[in-house]
Amino acid sequence: MSHLVSRRIENIYRVESRRILATLVRLLGDFDLAEDALHDAFAAALAQWPRDGVPTNPRAWLITTGRFRALDALRRRVRLEAALPALAGQIDNDTDLSEQWDDEGTIEDDQLRLIFTCCHPALSADARVALTLREVCGLTTEEIARAFLLPDTTLAQRIVRAKAKIRAAGIPYRLPEIHDLPDRLDTVRQVIYLVFTEGYSASAGIALTRPDLSGEAIRLARLLKSLLPDPETDGLLALMLLHESRRLTRTSPTGDLVLLKDQDRALWDPDLISEGQELVEAALKSRRFGPYILQAAIAAVHSEADTPPDTDWEQIVALYDVLTQVSPSPIVALNRAVAVAMRDGPLAGLMLIDSLMTSGELLDYYLAHSARAELCRQLGRTTDAVTAYERALALTEQKPEQRFLTRRIDELRAENK
Amino acid sequence: MKYMLLVYGDENAITQPEREECYGEFAAYARNLSAEGQYLDAAPLHSVTTATSVRVRDGKHSVTDGPFAETREQLGGYYLIEAKDLDEAILIAAGIPGARFGTIEIRPIVEIDGLPSDRN
Repeated sequence: MSHLVSRRIENIYRVESRRILATLVRLLGDFDLAEDALHDAFAAALAQWPRDGVPTNPRAWLITTGRFRALDALRRRVRLEAALPALAGQIDNDTDLSEQWDDEGTIEDDQLRLIFTCCHPALSADARVALTLREVCGLTTEEIARAFLLPDTTLAQRIVRAKAKIRAAGIPYRLPEIHDLPDRLDTVRQVIYLVFTEGYSASAGIALTRPDLSGEAIRLARLLKSLLPDPETDGLLALMLLHESRRLTRTSPTGDLVLLKDQDRALWDPDLISEGQELVEAALKSRRFGPYILQAAIAAVHSEADTPPDTDWEQIVALYDVLTQVSPSPIVALNRAVAVAMRDGPLAGLMLIDSLMTSGELLDYYLAHSARAELCRQLGRTTDAVTAYERALALTEQKPEQRFLTRRIDELRAENK
Repeated sequence: MKYMLLVYGDENAITQPEREECYGEFAAYARNLSAEGQYLDAAPLHSVTTATSVRVRDGKHSVTDGPFAETREQLGGYYLIEAKDLDEAILIAAGIPGARFGTIEIRPIVEIDGLPSDRN
């Protein structure tokens, strides 16, 4: 019996703990207090529920208990320090707001508040990512550190600093004003996509993909979509699902990189693809054409081709043209050049890449050199290809990428003998 | 004449107890100035790690973590404001004319005891 109850508590923890935390942060006005309160509430549940039974509304019970314990601890501290009369007054003032927090609407708003606070633009990008994974996703500091290949202490310090800034600078725990909402929502999506790309393609290290982070990013996007529907969020979710659908085929069993054109498309996940495609179609109907919707649309065109030659490069170039207008960047220009090469031949693509590089862009971006090398190879300009691959090799620290580039260089040298 | 006195220093060079002690001296000096009729306002600032920079270009607000770090621009003025939170402070900062060509650095103020209460 008590075994069953503790299993049930574990389950409630998994499903509800982040929502309870979000509400506790609002009620207590402080992350650390709320985290302690959450911990105390579940400890109390483990002690009492096997004896007294599970309450009819476990979430409300946990929120009430957590809040009560935190206020109790605060009161004791106030009495000890006696120098915090204002705080004591505030505690007494809101002790009697019982049960107001337990409707779905408030709980959802609390989760959004938590997301917007963790992704506040006044925090550094690193801090936003760490805080979101810690507070919204419930990952431990150690888990986040491992995912980012950083020492635990670095990650812990990043989170402590972020919380200190929230407190001292007065970063609010509330929904952004309407006029701020588009920008703030963009920042949240950036954080989610950063988590995803970190999981999808490690910036340094041995493994090419780290599925835990990608999974968290997809979960976050689903949560954001359910809390605050917006076509661009659908676009972001679609983009991640479509990339995720190819995960198994992106690396060989030995951990080597496999290019899109060489991937075994039969192994692409059909469920993720159809969900991604449906989201893209719906998002495009909004006529909003944000950068995530457009990138997702490009990924969707790839996913529709049964074999690489079936790819509709005409449409992909057209989508890159729109993306160039909506959110121009050297990387978008590079990807467009590669698509043009596929549509019009390697020389057309190479000319575009060369003009990008002459203007000084992308000189330190290894993918630009590796794309250039591939086009030179196709044109039979072997010496140029080898030089460009070597340049790319010098610019990446990712082990699978390095192996891929080395293999290419060796092949070209062997052909040339 | 009115003057603004800006306090610079390496914030990591002193310990927290030393900082607390310094706040005490800071307030005592302000009271001395007040007795001489020379005091208008003063406050220590929170660590530079709590700074936020605001710029407005082409009508778009940009908010970034961290202090103002350009060496070729100079401090040209100040506002001391009351706002309910950082979002409101950012909105006010973005309305300052200088935000359109320069940067407004927002620094939260440390509330300390013992400062003269009459601000004249």
